[in-house]
Amino acid sequence: MSARPHTETPDAGQRSGAASAAPAVITLKGLTKHFSSKPDLAQRLLSLAGRPAAPATVHAVNGVDLDIERGEVLGLVGESGCGKSTLGRMVAGLIKPTRGNVLFNGQDTAGLRGSQLRDYTLGVQMIFQDPQASLNPKQKVQQILAEALRVHQLAPRAQISSRVEHALREVGLDPEYGKRLPHQISGGQRQRIGIARALMVQPRFLVCDEPVAALDVSIQAQVINLFMDLRDRHGFTYLFISHDLGVVRHISDRVAIMYLGKVVEIAPTRQIYEHAAHPYTQALLAEMPHVQRRKRAFIPIKGEIPSPLAPPPGCTFHPRCPHAMDICRRQTPELRRIAPGHEAACHLHQS
Amino acid sequence: MDRSSVLLDVRGLQTAFHTEAGAWLAVDGVDLTVGRGEILGLVGESGSGKSVTGFSLLGLIDPPGEVVGGSVLFDGMDLRGLDEARLRTLRGNRIAMIFQDPLMTLNPVLKVGEQMAEAIYTHDPAAGRAEIRERCVRALAQVGIPSPQSRLDNYPHEFSGGMRQRVAIAIAMLNNPDLIIADEPTTALDVTIQAQILFEMQKLCAEQNTALIWITHDLGVIAELADKVAVMYAGRIVEYGSVEEVLSHPIHPYTKGLLDSMPGQAAAGSRLSQIDGMAPTLTGRETGCPFRPRCPRRADACGRLAPDITQRGERQFRCHFPLLEEAA
Repeated sequence: MSARPHTETPDAGQRSGAASAAPAVITLKGLTKHFSSKPDLAQRLLSLAGRPAAPATVHAVNGVDLDIERGEVLGLVGESGCGKSTLGRMVAGLIKPTRGNVLFNGQDTAGLRGSQLRDYTLGVQMIFQDPQASLNPKQKVQQILAEALRVHQLAPRAQISSRVEHALREVGLDPEYGKRLPHQISGGQRQRIGIARALMVQPRFLVCDEPVAALDVSIQAQVINLFMDLRDRHGFTYLFISHDLGVVRHISDRVAIMYLGKVVEIAPTRQIYEHAAHPYTQALLAEMPHVQRRKRAFIPIKGEIPSPLAPPPGCTFHPRCPHAMDICRRQTPELRRIAPGHEAACHLHQS
Repeated sequence: MDRSSVLLDVRGLQTAFHTEAGAWLAVDGVDLTVGRGEILGLVGESGSGKSVTGFSLLGLIDPPGEVVGGSVLFDGMDLRGLDEARLRTLRGNRIAMIFQDPLMTLNPVLKVGEQMAEAIYTHDPAAGRAEIRERCVRALAQVGIPSPQSRLDNYPHEFSGGMRQRVAIAIAMLNNPDLIIADEPTTALDVTIQAQILFEMQKLCAEQNTALIWITHDLGVIAELADKVAVMYAGRIVEYGSVEEVLSHPIHPYTKGLLDSMPGQAAAGSRLSQIDGMAPTLTGRETGCPFRPRCPRRADACGRLAPDITQRGERQFRCHFPLLEEAA
């Protein structure tokens, strides 16, 4: 009763996401998350006086539709404040959407109960950017890793320590690490502990939120290799959130670009990097530092990501867009298919 | 390099941190030369001593740290021989520093305009109010801050992260310094903002012939920005040369390992070539070459003796078994 076996194997046909009969592992339907601040004293007094002020609302994620097929790695790219982490947390079930649904294997996760709910919460695990913040500083690594098994009674007591050792070996650490406290471990190894903890409950889907952003280049390569090894071994599906286009190109099958709470372009990795359709994607790619370029004359796009408290009307990218037209200021472009598997939300491609 | 064009000449710089268990050298004999108007990239991973080197140059090391050896010749003056008062007249005037976190430079309770004015009248007490204001406006406009007139009356928290870093750069540029030391100034910023800041820095340095030491872990930024690059490992510069030569034909196995482990060098989806293990801690450095435990070319000689600097034209490296055939 202890272990759910891994039955999936990565399949090239399914990975492309073209014509698989089985439902996608994760389907997002109109997923939306708004954060509102609580009214302060002045606002409460005003509303008592009969003049309520609308609370400031951040549209962190604004109507995202997305399918993540079994065995694929979907890279999610965007700048800080675009809502990519909020989206990841909703997929992992850590926060509830304001509107819209997260479907796990075709079933709405909001309605799941009992063993089905447990399948979802354990089957989808999250790996955070800062492993330090997600590891209890007072617990030894073996306690941290064993906790989920104990809480969910996934393994008999006698098996727990061997499961912990197995997980440590799987992420390339000596089982001796189990006796250490988190502060006795370096940053790169700590991220491996974060990954080992996710593996303890035998998940099928990993949401990785900037998992290598805080690591040095040489350590980053080790952890990226580990992610690829785990995928080969277990056929995991990944939602890989990052601002680093180089890392995302390396590891992803498909890439989605987010801007101000919306997916503005999504396509297979090669297609994105070679034929980016959205001006924002093009700008990101042009500005990604590249070790093979020398002494570049930087010609950056202007401006910054606007405040999600007051997004601009029409296409939210228009104030920074070199191709902005009149329609861009008035009408929000829909995400439309422009080539097989390639969708973009831009008026340039909708005529 | 021609003697007259040398702005900064560092020889054998050593910075130690004193602990109960003894003194540990975070910077262990660093030599650096920066010409006027030149951009030097100082690259290394965390703990390599790159930031401590930058701080040591300006005498900004606080106890338990201490600069214990070497000389720092800036325009012919030995900065190590200067007292604190003389150093203060140089800092912010002829040498400026930009930090990773602009909130380290900006006082949260002062308007940006007041802080900028302070940087001017400290070094130029004769400057009048109107002139100071005008110079501040010009500096903010130079780094691409929209409507600089009104922004002078804002507090640091009213700026976004990228804008705040621009303000820090504007303050650094105020007195037209000869040298700017920038410690990871774009690491916390998004790529589009990073590109904007690199663009401003490149333009300003070219216009005013300012030399720049850009401390970073990002080889991609160095490739696109710098003239020269120095790669640090465990407190020492292990390779130095022009960006073109070092990044195209690395001589030190560590430089090569770093370049190879960057995604984008390998085919998508393939395994990245990785440097196994991790950098030694300050207290865990052994005798011999500090990179030896991770080095694919290590041999017995590496364990006995730390390699000295080998000079080949303008290039320098510290390695017993350099990748010379491949570089030739």
